Amino acid sequence: MENIVNIFVKSVFIDNMIFAYFLGMCSYLAVSKTVKTSVGLGIAVIFVLGITVPINYLIENYILKEGALIWISKSLVNVDLSFLTFIMFIAVIASMVQLVEMVIEKFTPTLYNNLGIFLPLIAVNCAILGGSLFMQQREYNSILEATSYGLGSGVGWFLAIVGIAAIREKIRYSNVPDPLKGLGITYIITGLMGIAFMSFMGIKL
Amino acid sequence: MNDNEPLFSAKNIKLLTGPLNKDNPITVQVLGICSALAITVNLKPSVVMALAVVAVLGVSNVVISVLRSYIPPRIRIIVQLTVIAAMVILVDLILKAFAYDISKQLSVFVGLIITNCIIMGRLEAFAMANKPWQSFLDGIGNAAGYGGILIIVAFFRELLGSGTIWDYPLLEKLGIYTTGYSDNGLMILPPMALITVGIIIWVQRGKNRDLIETH
Repeated sequence: MENIVNIFVKSVFIDNMIFAYFLGMCSYLAVSKTVKTSVGLGIAVIFVLGITVPINYLIENYILKEGALIWISKSLVNVDLSFLTFIMFIAVIASMVQLVEMVIEKFTPTLYNNLGIFLPLIAVNCAILGGSLFMQQREYNSILEATSYGLGSGVGWFLAIVGIAAIREKIRYSNVPDPLKGLGITYIITGLMGIAFMSFMGIKL
Repeated sequence: MNDNEPLFSAKNIKLLTGPLNKDNPITVQVLGICSALAITVNLKPSVVMALAVVAVLGVSNVVISVLRSYIPPRIRIIVQLTVIAAMVILVDLILKAFAYDISKQLSVFVGLIITNCIIMGRLEAFAMANKPWQSFLDGIGNAAGYGGILIIVAFFRELLGSGTIWDYPLLEKLGIYTTGYSDNGLMILPPMALITVGIIIWVQRGKNRDLIETH
């Protein structure tokens, strides 16, 4: 149990998707103009990461890994399908996004309207595929750990985008040098936020 | 291909050179930043990454452009992702076979070329509406613009952060450390990549004032 909480905290603060790995930067820069939309996108990312990482964990451990097919028959022990990783993961992500979209539309139309176009866009958000690939690389022991990692990364991404959106709303009233306006200053602020987040690195978990 | 038009007409050349400056994917179109920054600590992986993106984007742009009239619009994203993923798997396997160390260094970022927005962006915005040769030039041009920024960022980060160029201890050979200079460890940390790109944008927009955003 303690282990699971540790993974969660670690993925929110120390291994933050944006500040430590720059994943999902494109939508992070494009959508962070107002707090309201970025909250919507952030929630959608938490949602999708929380679902796709555990599913890809199962796929990795029961289909792709070397010897993972042993549950079908003993003769498949030497089969190694790991070269199919990318295509399997991206297919799972694209179809899960579609599925999540349909489920949300059916059961909570208000949330669906709030998320709007962000849900389909998430399929090509690098943070989602990155979450699954890091999960594969770090070889978590159980599906609970993988889920906690997925949710944690989502929450970390959410914090980052809401933070930058709040700063960008305020910075509109400041006197930024012309060439830095818009994109340039956003990069630099993200860098400074990243330095602030690095202070969590010393925490041993 | 249009027979009346020479292969390297002025318009086609512009497709190739535009992304290097005024249409740069990273600093102007805001595409493909995700994988761009994490690997720019050293020059070597950055150059490899740039070449990988050139290969993937060039080929998949042509493939999509050839197929463009056969792809049903409703499922085009899946088709595009499949083409890209297949290309990336090829690149990944080639890297693992011939440049294993660098492939280890790039870790998940080779896979992340799939969701690199620059590739989806160009397929969607250009290859779906243009002929194969133009798409090829557009792909190569955009990937080169992306790679160019990558290499500039990596150059400064490696020089200032570890005092080497392409793993060659330049500053040590020049005897700069004896004057009391020491490497700036901050440059190796992830946040400095963002700040370096921010400064590149500053310089570029300072020279090209029509790129400045107004709000």
